[in-house]
Amino acid sequence: MPIDRSAIGRELPGGTLLITRSRLRDFAKATGQTDPIYVDLDAAKQAGHRDLPVPPTFVFGVDLTGPDSFSYLDELGIDLRSVLHGEQRFTYHEMAYAGDELTTTGRITDIYDKKGGLLEFVVKDTKVTNQHGALVAEMRGVMVVQNRAPEVTR
Amino acid sequence: MTTPVLEVGAELPPLTIEPISRTTLALFAGASGDHNPIHIDLDVARSAGLDDVFGHGMLSMAHLARLLTGWVPQERIRTFGVRFTAITPVHGRPTCTGTVTSIDEVDGERLATLTLRVTLADGTTTLIGDATVALD
Repeated sequence: MPIDRSAIGRELPGGTLLITRSRLRDFAKATGQTDPIYVDLDAAKQAGHRDLPVPPTFVFGVDLTGPDSFSYLDELGIDLRSVLHGEQRFTYHEMAYAGDELTTTGRITDIYDKKGGLLEFVVKDTKVTNQHGALVAEMRGVMVVQNRAPEVTR
Repeated sequence: MTTPVLEVGAELPPLTIEPISRTTLALFAGASGDHNPIHIDLDVARSAGLDDVFGHGMLSMAHLARLLTGWVPQERIRTFGVRFTAITPVHGRPTCTGTVTSIDEVDGERLATLTLRVTLADGTTTLIGDATVALD
């Protein structure tokens, strides 16, 4: 069943995350980041940062901190197992650091299909702000929903 | 940090990533907050008709971000975007590459535009991206 196009414009719950040094160090470990400014407070400060910097793509996860981070797909009747991440884009405005509390607000800005509906695309635009209300980054994500071809009846 | 090469056509030093292990996927799920079970739970992957779990797209994008921040301080990155073109299988060996494609003056700032790519050892391109980076 095609995704309900009336969901375009729908606001999404978003998330809030108090950024901790330990979480950033875990992220560095998982991504193989060995640059000391991302794990060592002294190195970060020597490089002119006020704390460990939040790396460029980490803010994507702020939006996933709700109790059920993929519920917006569920509400659209989309099986998460059929979804691939198609595109992701960031526009950066301000650095964020350990100790900051980041909040996301997002909305669905487009839904379209290709290949006669076999592939559907859900576009989500999200703003990331810090505890002072300053805009840290804007994100645009495109999720690809792979629909199965209908069974051919003989 | 080495001084960036400031000319069109310059290639960033490639970044070779350790083979993607199941441990890495589990650690990345926790650290990134992306708990989609298709990346960490073989039962869920099989229920979707797949043979195995596969890497998070955002893990590969984080590797590309390392390529960028290894080249310029992070605060100079203005935009960063990718298209995910193939999945990264467990044991895949990604390499991140980037090339300066243009240098323009925008709002009084010299901006380099880069094309970015993540390629597996078998030649599969898993991400194609771009970034703009302030040079001054």
